[in-house]
Amino acid sequence: MNVVATSFEPWAALLGGGLIGLSATLLMASHGKVAGLSSIFGGLLRTRQDAEFRWRALFILGLLAGALATARAGGFDPASLSFSGGWAIAAAGGLLVGAGTALGSGCTSGHGICGLARLSRRSLVATLTFMGVATATVFVTRHLIGG
Amino acid sequence: MPLLALFVSGLLFGAGLTVSGMVNPMKVLNFLDFAGAWDPSLLFVMAGGLAVTFVGYRLLGGRSRPLFAPAFDEPVSVTVDRRLIGGAAIFGLGWGLTGFCPGPAIASLVFGRPETFAFVVAMAAGALLARAFLSRSAALP
Repeated sequence: MNVVATSFEPWAALLGGGLIGLSATLLMASHGKVAGLSSIFGGLLRTRQDAEFRWRALFILGLLAGALATARAGGFDPASLSFSGGWAIAAAGGLLVGAGTALGSGCTSGHGICGLARLSRRSLVATLTFMGVATATVFVTRHLIGG
Repeated sequence: MPLLALFVSGLLFGAGLTVSGMVNPMKVLNFLDFAGAWDPSLLFVMAGGLAVTFVGYRLLGGRSRPLFAPAFDEPVSVTVDRRLIGGAAIFGLGWGLTGFCPGPAIASLVFGRPETFAFVVAMAAGALLARAFLSRSAALP
C-alpha cells in the first residue's frame, strides 16, 4: 500500500467540521433531512426523477461546487491528493463502501455526525463498528502485510 | 429560497470536506493509522461537525416543522441488528482499504482523478447490489 505523510492542521480541520455542522443544521432546518451522504447518493440511483431525486441532486451539485470553489480559493491543493493503490483497489473499496453503507443505513456523515448529534444508539454502534474495522484494516494493510 | 437552501447546504458540506483535507484519502488513512505517522485531522473534523450539529439540532427542537417541508424526516428505526453491524463492518473494510467514505469521494470527483471515478462508480454498483439483496431477502417467507 502506498503511504504518503500528511500534515496535521487543527484549525483547518475544526473549520471544516464547523462548516459540515452548519450544512447539517441548514438541511434539517430547511427541509427536515439528515445530511447523510450515502443516503443522499443512494437516493440518486433511481429511475424516477421526482422531488426525492431533485433535492438530493441539488445538494450534490452544491457539494461539488463547494469542493471546487474551496480549492480555487486556495483552501486545498489538488496536487496533494494521493491514494492507497491504483484503480482496482479504489473500485474494490468503492464496492464495499456502497454495499456496506446501504446495508448499514449510513456512513461517516449520517451515523458519525448527524446520528450521534441525535444521540442515536444505532448510530453509536455503527460508528464504533466502522471506525474499529477501518482502523484494523489499515493496521493489517500497512503494518502486517504492507510493512 | 427552498432550492437555494439545498444548494447552499451542499456547498457548505463540500467546502468543509475540502478545507479540512478530507477529500484527500491519504489524510484519512493516516488518521486511521494509529501505529504509524498519525494525523489527528479527522478527529477534529468529526468533533467540530458533531458539536455544531448537536447545538444546531437542539436549536430546532422547539419547531414543529422545517421551513420548506411539511415534517422533519428523521430515521425512526431504533433496533441494533445484524444488518446494521454487518453493513457498518463492510463499510469500514472499504473505508480502511481506500481512505474514502461517500461524501469525500463524491466531492473529490471535481479534482478529476481516475481512482476517484473508479471508487464512485463501484460505490453505486455496491449500493444497487445491496438493495437487490435486501429486496430479495425481504421477499423470502
